[in-house]
This record gives sequence, C-alpha cells and structure tokens, in this order.
Amino acid sequence: MGETVQKPTVPEQAGAPAVESTAKREPLLEVDHVTLRFGGVVALNDVNFTLYKGEILGLIGPNGAGKTTCFNAMTGIYQPSEGEIRFRGERITGKKKHHITKMGMARTFQNIRLFPEMTALENIQVGADAHHKTSVLSALFRLPRHRREERDGLEKAERLLEFVGIPHRMHDAARNLSYGEQRRLEIARALATDPVLLCLDEPAAGFNPAEKEELLQLIRKIRDQGITVLLIEHDMRLVMGVTDRIVVLEFGKKIADGLPAEVREDHRVIAAYLGVPDDDAA
Amino acid sequence: MNFNALFSDFGGYTITGLTVGAIYALVALGYTLVYGVLRLINFAHSEVFIAGAFAAIWGWAALGLDRDSVASGFGSIMLYLLVGALIAAVASAGTATVVERVAYRPLRKRNAPPLAFLITAIGASIAIAEAFGIYTRRLPVGAPTIVKPDLVLFEVAGTEVTMVQVLVIVSALAMMVALDLFINRSRIGRGIRAVAQDQNTAALMGINKDRIILVVFIIGGVMAGVAGMLYDIRIGTLTYSVGFLLGLKAFTAAVLGGIGNLRGALVGGLLLGLVENYASALFGANWKDLVAFVVLVVLLMFRPTGLLGESLGRARA
Repeated sequence: MGETVQKPTVPEQAGAPAVESTAKREPLLEVDHVTLRFGGVVALNDVNFTLYKGEILGLIGPNGAGKTTCFNAMTGIYQPSEGEIRFRGERITGKKKHHITKMGMARTFQNIRLFPEMTALENIQVGADAHHKTSVLSALFRLPRHRREERDGLEKAERLLEFVGIPHRMHDAARNLSYGEQRRLEIARALATDPVLLCLDEPAAGFNPAEKEELLQLIRKIRDQGITVLLIEHDMRLVMGVTDRIVVLEFGKKIADGLPAEVREDHRVIAAYLGVPDDDAA
Repeated sequence: MNFNALFSDFGGYTITGLTVGAIYALVALGYTLVYGVLRLINFAHSEVFIAGAFAAIWGWAALGLDRDSVASGFGSIMLYLLVGALIAAVASAGTATVVERVAYRPLRKRNAPPLAFLITAIGASIAIAEAFGIYTRRLPVGAPTIVKPDLVLFEVAGTEVTMVQVLVIVSALAMMVALDLFINRSRIGRGIRAVAQDQNTAALMGINKDRIILVVFIIGGVMAGVAGMLYDIRIGTLTYSVGFLLGLKAFTAAVLGGIGNLRGALVGGLLLGLVENYASALFGANWKDLVAFVVLVVLLMFRPTGLLGESLGRARA
C-alpha cells in the first residue's frame, strides 16, 4: 500500500490504485500533481488523484490536513501554485467560477452559505438559473421562452425540496430553517445547477447519528441519479459507509488512495488518525 | 420662524416637497442599488443624472423644439415625454455603463482598496461634469415647454396641483413600483439579490457577477435619466453644475432611508423633499439646504442605518 514517489509522465495513470481496472472508467476530475502555497506555507504538496465518473469518492484526513484547501482548488477558488486540475478533460485553472459551475460542478460549504434573506425556494431557483439561456432582454420582455424557463425552474426547485426532504419549508427564509434543514437546502441548491459532480464539504458536521444516517441515504440517492459525488469528511465511519474509494490527506500530502477496506487497514492512515508511538512510525 | 407662511399654504409646500422628493428618490435608487451590490458609493451618479437631463433637451431639439417652443396637443405631449424619457434613459444608462467599465471594473479586477474607488468616482464625476460645462460654455441650457408649468390639473382642499407635479410624482412612483417588482419577482432580480447577499456564493451558483453589476448600473442609469428629464420639465433650464448638489441630496436621501434599501430610497427622497420645502417656508429659501442636512445628521445619530435599515438582499424576506 506504500505510496510510489516517482512522478509519472502520464498523469492519467498517476494515483490510480493498482487494484482497480481503470480501463472502463472515465476520469471526471483529475488533480494532477497540485501544489498550493500561501506565502511560505505549503497547504498542498504534490497532491495527485483522479475522480471517476459515477463513484462516490471520500477525501479525508485529520483537521488541517488540507481537505478544504484541496476542495477549494478543485472548485476554482484557489489557483494551484504548481500542477493543474482538469474537469471533464478541460483545465479549470483560471476559469471563472460561474463557468466552472456551468461545466457541471456544484458544491456545498463547510460553513453553510445560503442566501439567508431569500426563501428556500428562491435559493434553489438561483441555482436553477445557472442553466437558463434566455438573455436580459427576453427576461425584461417576458418572452415565452423565458416564461417557460421560469416555470421549469420553479418546478425543479419544488422537486428538489421534495428530494432532500424539506418541501414544507418552501416559503420560509433560509435563515429561519433549522441547521439540518439548511444543510439539506444547500445540497438542493447545488443539485439545481444540474451538476455531473457534486462536492460536499463536511455535510455531516454537527449532525447526530440519526441525521447522519439520513444524510448517507440522501448521498446514495444522489449517486443513483447518476451524479458523481466528492465527499469531504473527517468522520471515518460516515465515509466508510458510503464511499467507493477514499483519498487520505495529511499535512497537505496524499498518504493513501484506495478502497475503504484497504484504507482502513493502512498503517499510515491509522497513524495519522490515532497517532502512533515514534518507534512504530516508518 | 415664519409659521404663517408655512400654514397659509401647507398643501402647496407639501406637494412641491413631494415633487422635489420624487426626483431625489429616483436618483437615490442609483446610489442605493450600486451600494447594495458593490458596497461602493458611485459618486459619478450625479453626472449620470446630468447626462440624461442634457440628452432629453438635445433630443427635443433634434425633434425641432427649442427653448421657446411650447408643445401642444395631448398626443404630441405624450410623444415628446416618451421620446425624451427614452433618450434620457439611454444616455444615462450609457454613461453609467462607461463609468463602471472605465472607473470601477479595472480596479475590481486588481482588488483595489475602497479608497481607490472613491477617488476614481470623484474623478469620473468631475470629468463628466466639466465635459458638459465646456460643451455648453458653462451657460444654462433652456428646455422647451413640454408641459405648461401653470397648468392646474385639480384642486385638493384649496391647494392647486399642477400637471407637472402630477407627472413627476406619478411617473417616479410608477418606476419605483416596477423596479420593486423586478427586483423581487424576476430572475435577474433574484440574481441581483443573490450577489448583494454573497458575491462568491452567487458566482459558485453560476451567476455572472460582472453581468449583474452591469445590469445594476444600467437600471440606476435608467432611473436617473428619467429623473433628468423630469427635472428639465419642472425647472425648464439646465446648468452643467446642478448635478453636484442634486446628487448629494439624492445620496443623502438614500442614506436617510437606509442605503442599499430600495424602499428606503423612496422614503428618504420624499422625506428630504418635504423637510427642505417646509424649511424654506419657515426660515426662508436660503436656509433649506442647511436645515435639510442638519436633519440628516440628527436622524443618523438616532438611526445610524437609516429609516428602513440597510439591505438590498433583504428586499423581500
């Protein structure tokens, strides 16, 4: 399970676990030897992995391991100092945020970032607006196509509220929703942009076990719709229960990449999470 | 204090105050919209207003109306009003767009500090005003008489209400209701509110921030342009430098109502117009600006975020 340190010249093969046949799998998001520095601090150090279409990938690591930094780089908020990130084969470095969203990547936030003063329905409508094609002018004059898109957006928003299980909060301002409802609303809003890839940043933070179980079911339901899911989490049990594959970061470096069962047995992962006596560490 | 003057024609001072206030309110919307989205005071907005006011006069001139012309006939008056409003709105929206593209967007791209925006705003304001000043040789430009100023439409409790006053107040109110609906009901309005609440999240939801910002400048421009035309009709003459004080008062109105708050702009504008007019009755016309700004200072001491509070995002919920 040890990490190979050499830099392969063909990035597609890099980071792919040996146990899996990658032939039939289509890469969706490729993190290609990404290094990210903030001043003198190296937040990500040569991180390299691939996310394949249709899977649920867990990105885990102890607090401060660089999970959210990695996530922000993947969603275009941070620019890698070295290396690049490709989404659907296209380089996303330097692309505008709204373009990346339109390419099919959606995300939620570790600290909830809804539009607090809008209703639940409106929050989702904003997400649904991403794919509307009508111009400012046709919106001003309420042309039929614009009206159709508005209607579709509304129906979609209602469907998504149902999907995440909070249809009864439709007309309430987002700030008045409970914590768990806000998390669900954020997922619904992200889904409204019609993503191929949904990135969830610690969606279970602050959840009790029952809520976590419901969240797991929701994530599976999302995957069953054909949406690839990237899940950042430090709750190991949650990650083990739902992911197809796991990438582990520690101090900005990837220390493991494989099936949940393999990662669980990996001594470096155990060490990172539990800490080990000095003589035991390699 | 001359209470006699005020109470002998209280209705007249009120209606005049509301008329002046309606123009302040229309201009105030531009300050408030831009502030709501960018947290930036667009000091060049007074010149956005001036551009519309000049454009309307020149537009009428192109239609053959000079300063001594008097329009007659309901149909042609309506036509002149519509054409004037359209030209003014386009000119003001265009000016606002240029200001955003030249003075603000390049700074935004470079993450300039707020102070830099303030300086380019003042710079753009002076440059545009001076350009109009040079072009008009710093002389007042007369507007044609589209609506006769002494035309009394009706009388309420002994107060005569003129056609001009009704026109200004009604068109200002109509535009504000339309804007309020647009912001609260339409997709673009939703986008504007989203950007006002959280720019980065809005961008991650697929909203093109720069486009929303442009739309906001254009809407502010349209409102200011129409205000410019209404100003021409009410005053009948236009000098390049009137934008400064009027812009400052409209800005005051926006702060008074709660900057970033659309309905606040309306409340602030009307209130400022009324206070000003009552003050000119009580203390004499010379005192009206002094009193108006003292009222602003006192009011802000008690309600620092203005009468209705700040927030464009909270336009609804």
